[in-house]
Amino acid sequence: MGALLNQRFLTLVVLAAVIAVLPLLFPSSYYFRVASLVWVAALAAIGLNILMGQAGQVSLGHAAFFGIGAYAVAIGPTHLGIPSWAALLIGAVLSAVLAYLVGRPILRLKGHYLAIATLGLGVLVALVISTESGWTGGPDGMPVERLTLFGWRVSGSYTWYWVTGALLLIGTWIALNLDETPTGRAFRALHDSEVAAQVVGVDVARFKLQAFVIAAVYASLAGSALAFMNGFINPDQAGFLHSVELVTIVVLGGLGSVVGSIVGAAVLITLPQALTVFHEYEHLLLGLIIIVSMIFMRNGIVPSLSALLLRRARS
Amino acid sequence: MVMKAKLTASLVAGAMVLGMSQGALAQDTIKIGSVLSATGPASFLGEPEDKTLRMYVDKINAAGGINGKKIELVIYDDGGDANKARTFATRLVEDDEVVAMVGGSTTGTTMAMIPVFEDAKIPFISLAGAIEVIDPVRKFVFKTPHTDKMACEKIFEDLKKRNLTKIGLISGTDGFGASMRAQCVKVAPNYGMEIVADENYGPRDSDMTAQLTKIKNTAGLQAVVNPGFGQGPAIVTRNYAQLGMGDIPFYQSHGVASKSFIDLAGAAAEGVRLPAAALLVGDKLPESDPQKKVVTEYKQTYESATKQPVSTFGGHAYDGLFILVEAMKRANSTDPQKIRDEIEKTKGFVGTGGIVNMSPTDHLGLDLSAFRMLEIKGGDWNLVASGS
Repeated sequence: MGALLNQRFLTLVVLAAVIAVLPLLFPSSYYFRVASLVWVAALAAIGLNILMGQAGQVSLGHAAFFGIGAYAVAIGPTHLGIPSWAALLIGAVLSAVLAYLVGRPILRLKGHYLAIATLGLGVLVALVISTESGWTGGPDGMPVERLTLFGWRVSGSYTWYWVTGALLLIGTWIALNLDETPTGRAFRALHDSEVAAQVVGVDVARFKLQAFVIAAVYASLAGSALAFMNGFINPDQAGFLHSVELVTIVVLGGLGSVVGSIVGAAVLITLPQALTVFHEYEHLLLGLIIIVSMIFMRNGIVPSLSALLLRRARS
Repeated sequence: MVMKAKLTASLVAGAMVLGMSQGALAQDTIKIGSVLSATGPASFLGEPEDKTLRMYVDKINAAGGINGKKIELVIYDDGGDANKARTFATRLVEDDEVVAMVGGSTTGTTMAMIPVFEDAKIPFISLAGAIEVIDPVRKFVFKTPHTDKMACEKIFEDLKKRNLTKIGLISGTDGFGASMRAQCVKVAPNYGMEIVADENYGPRDSDMTAQLTKIKNTAGLQAVVNPGFGQGPAIVTRNYAQLGMGDIPFYQSHGVASKSFIDLAGAAAEGVRLPAAALLVGDKLPESDPQKKVVTEYKQTYESATKQPVSTFGGHAYDGLFILVEAMKRANSTDPQKIRDEIEKTKGFVGTGGIVNMSPTDHLGLDLSAFRMLEIKGGDWNLVASGS
């Protein structure tokens, strides 16, 4: 138990150190922006990983919650006069409520059926966002008022680097701790075998729903952060392709691995930036790298590499 | 000994010359940035823009550059994703340190990038359609394509001439269709137009007969307008003919101004009218037309270099690039602030989209004469003679 606690603590310390040291290597604020995007994507992915990696359920419509969080902070202050920070909380609550209401029936589905149901949810939310143009500005998106906290106007790539970095640290800390609580253990039991979990007295439906709600709140907060950071939001962020991107991050980084989600996000966000030198071959190379890493690291980057290191250490 | 000293001196001198010329070289290029949707769902916009920019920057450099300085073009592909566009915009400003930007294929990507260029005080000439880009006027943001509002006005002007005032709208729910519909509804009263039917369809719908039947059965209907782009309008046009509505005048928007629309809609496109840039009918323009020379030259250059039919979207990039180049020549400087001031002073610039006259309150600079009313006849575009 002590060792586990240490390992969790160590992960957090390393992450905090990385966030603190990276700025020393950044030559311009463009790098701060890319890093902030990584932190935001990682936050959403960590949440989704609780649902996919720990509880073993799939969601192909997770960008819907990302979109709800983003549009909550866009619509709240603009149309309803709600302060930005309150809109952020309202977005998170709305996402949780929607996840709870929708999750109750659809989490009884399994495999492909669950995938299709969550896909449908994602498409529906994206459709509503792009059609209700009076509220959301339609397919071209809408501007987002800057976040103001106690008179402090949060803006600029540099500031957002630290804000999103702090959010990621908190998100990581919660996810790491959750893994070791009775709830986390119940999630893992679900993942391994639903029947076995039920037999030993795990309330399968309730825990699935919990994981879904937690994942939704993570995505919603990440969406709000991105909307504030960009000062502008459009329906793409709630769209199917973004859902797929989130799932790719989770799977690429490693199902069930919190650190994996961060690494996955880092790879998927920074690779396209690094590959721009190849011009039209950019997408080809990106696809190739992902395919190759999935072939050689089936369990995802982090679990595969740590298994390799462990084997090396033993021999 | 003397020899040695001489050698050293000449080496030092050589090194100094080398060092100086390197320094001079770095200043001899002007960095212009661009973020385009060259791939993804909006690639039909971004691809011709990308080709046009590369082609003409090479030409300008081959001819000696701007005031003796060569242009260095940095192009990034956002794939139509506004969030990516925003990141690339930051990269252009912070990392590549460009002095100006011509790009932003869609309204979505442009709107996401505007704050970056406004904050950095670097001129940004957008290639996106919607009027929000320049209304309200932002100090550093300009655009070259005609707005959807102008398209509505051109259509209504033509309707008024034909004494038709009761119109039905059928619009796409995509960004282009939704934005143009809103503008049409807004300017309709100025032309005495009454919108008697207002229907819409999804961008991927494959049949619009239900909406058209409803419009057809609206009492007093005199004409139908279809704001939209992509394949939707082609399907609407086909359904329109299938429902036997051919005798009701039908207007498309500038969004379908490409040969592929005529190919997709086939015989049903006969008699359809639409406002479009002079570029589409370059060879049919009278010799006296001021745009004749520019549009025929661009068309020839583009088509011979790419072996693809010219599109108005590439033309927007051409206009943007040359408005910028001429502004830089006048400014005789690479200071973004001075370049911005000169872009705003653009007067009488003849582009593929029209004659551009900018001002501090107008960062587009086109009037309704920039649009030509076309009618599709015999599978080709034809100019509608004014007054018919």
